[in-house]
Amino acid sequence: MTAPPVGRVTALERRLKHPTSGAPALVAYLTAGFPSRSAFPDLLRSVAGVADAVEIGVPFTDPMADGITIQRTSRIALEDGVTLHWILEMLGSVGRLEAPVLLMSYVNPLLAYGWHRLTDRAGEVDVAGFIVPDLPWEECQPVRSRIEGAGMALVQLVSPLTPEPRLQTLCAASRGFVYAVTTTGTTGGEGNTEGIADYLRRVTRHSTVPVCAGFGIRSTRQVRQLAPHVDGVVIGSALLEVIERGGEPARFLRDLCEGSSGGMGGAGQRGGPAAATP
Amino acid sequence: MTATTWPDARGRFGKFGGRYVPETLVGALERLDLAAHEALADERFGETLSLELESWVGRPTPLSRAQRLGDAWGLELWLKREDLAHTGAHKINNAVGQALLAQRMGAGRVVAETGAGQHGVAAAAACARLGLPCTVYMGAIDMKRQAPNVQRMRLFGTEVVPVEAGDATLRAAIDEAMRDWVADPEGTFYLLGSVVGPHPYPWLVRQFQRVIGIEARHQFLKRTGGLPDACIACVGGGSNAIGLFHPFLDDPVELIGIEAGGATGRSGIDGGAGHAATITHGSPGVLHGCYSMLLQDSDGQILETHSVSAGLDYPGVGPEHSFLNSSSIAYYYTVSDAEAIGALEECSRLEGILPALETAHALAGAKNYGRDHPGASLLLGCSGRGDKDLDILAGAGL
Repeated sequence: MTAPPVGRVTALERRLKHPTSGAPALVAYLTAGFPSRSAFPDLLRSVAGVADAVEIGVPFTDPMADGITIQRTSRIALEDGVTLHWILEMLGSVGRLEAPVLLMSYVNPLLAYGWHRLTDRAGEVDVAGFIVPDLPWEECQPVRSRIEGAGMALVQLVSPLTPEPRLQTLCAASRGFVYAVTTTGTTGGEGNTEGIADYLRRVTRHSTVPVCAGFGIRSTRQVRQLAPHVDGVVIGSALLEVIERGGEPARFLRDLCEGSSGGMGGAGQRGGPAAATP
Repeated sequence: MTATTWPDARGRFGKFGGRYVPETLVGALERLDLAAHEALADERFGETLSLELESWVGRPTPLSRAQRLGDAWGLELWLKREDLAHTGAHKINNAVGQALLAQRMGAGRVVAETGAGQHGVAAAAACARLGLPCTVYMGAIDMKRQAPNVQRMRLFGTEVVPVEAGDATLRAAIDEAMRDWVADPEGTFYLLGSVVGPHPYPWLVRQFQRVIGIEARHQFLKRTGGLPDACIACVGGGSNAIGLFHPFLDDPVELIGIEAGGATGRSGIDGGAGHAATITHGSPGVLHGCYSMLLQDSDGQILETHSVSAGLDYPGVGPEHSFLNSSSIAYYYTVSDAEAIGALEECSRLEGILPALETAHALAGAKNYGRDHPGASLLLGCSGRGDKDLDILAGAGL
């Protein structure tokens, strides 16, 4: 049985505020079904053993907020027949994961699946929340009620260009965490981790839920720079590139975090048996 | 609300439209909305735009009676000659308007997308005239099939960036232009070429294209003393059609949009879209920032389209067209590649006018209309000239 609905969002927020080891919390992004549908469940289990939350990206043919890495992995996943239906079935059979799972999707695949059916099914397979990069505040209202009513979170994204009053609204309304986009541009580019302390301070001040920074975060150095300002970091394109190169994603995530925690978290504490490299 | 009062403040035409964009672009779209409303209400901006349209674009464009072609098709056929506008298509009306707006807003550079290259050429020309640096994204496939337009853009000093991603046509070019814009929404002006995309673009582009219908309505009344039975235009994104239709919305005039039926023709549909007939065969969804009719599969993935006409080869359509269709205010039909090429050949031979392949779809639609409505008077949006299509026509045996 799944946990009671209210507990799922709270559990996600608690986990990001108090990551399993060290700080900041790690949110890992995986393109669903990449590198292949057959390899994905093991990859997901392994990454969920290290990360504090996993975003599963629903591939879309026209990912306008994404850079070349996620464009490429999405295309490969689509060619392998990955659909939202497959993703939800896979989550139903993958077994208990050690980290909460969110679905990150452009709005059209969600619309095509149907919101009612989607929130019902996503609740059954223990999805904690949704991140929808092309569903800004003005367009999200009925959907937000539906998702929250089903005991899941709709994560709001904020950007360095978001003006102050709007930032307050978005931060107050966000559940699960606030996704603080570090820079203008698409995912996987040159992350901007310098000169954004003031922006991140403003986001944190307005937020009652954890704040996670994302877009272009690739290195231990960047994670270290961001650590004092945010609760967590989102690692997407860099992680997918490790997978593309045939590297060890769980180890990459562990190294990224241990190198940045300045000894706050002990090596080897993060993760556990399931974090063994694939 | 009457049909002319849309969109509402949220950019909706009925249930269609809206603004489905990343948070990073929201502020830029709000600034554009505000600046556009101010500019369009500003008499001096209006005067500058009118002067440019008259002295540089060559407006008003003529209304030509197509006597021989009309006789052949059993119609009283009139052509609104956007093919005679500078750079050879209606696209320049919007490009000049938005480039002036970009200048007024102090934009450091302009980006645009293009399919057939007509919007790219228009944007490149308008930016050259105003001294604005311009980058145009164009699908690699389109760059091959519309090579002369690539050369023209480069002569105007525009950087043309080939897009290999996705389907390497118009849709991928829009994806890429949006990615460029999202990198610097405060310094870059996105000069979108059709009545698609997030609010305020469908409204803004329509306002700059309404000049087609305003002139044509006036010219038609003056020449005939009445109004046509119907207006007909091709629809890809749908800017020339909206420009022609909008000033006729309160008139008892039938409005007909013609979509690209591709190889499958009037009644055909197959699994992968072998066509680009979005309204005729599509379903509602979100692409490129707006809720409108789309060609998509049951999982919400966007289908690849086909049309012999690069300018119509697009899986979406302007939200206002989706609204006009769902409200039965305008009607939409398809013609095949072959019908379009046939109509183009007849128009060239009988009228001495070589229309663009996009426009040829409207002509083929007119021919079909004549069969069902013999003797009707028809005002056709002759959206562009066909010089760019000579290679394709040669390939088709013309």
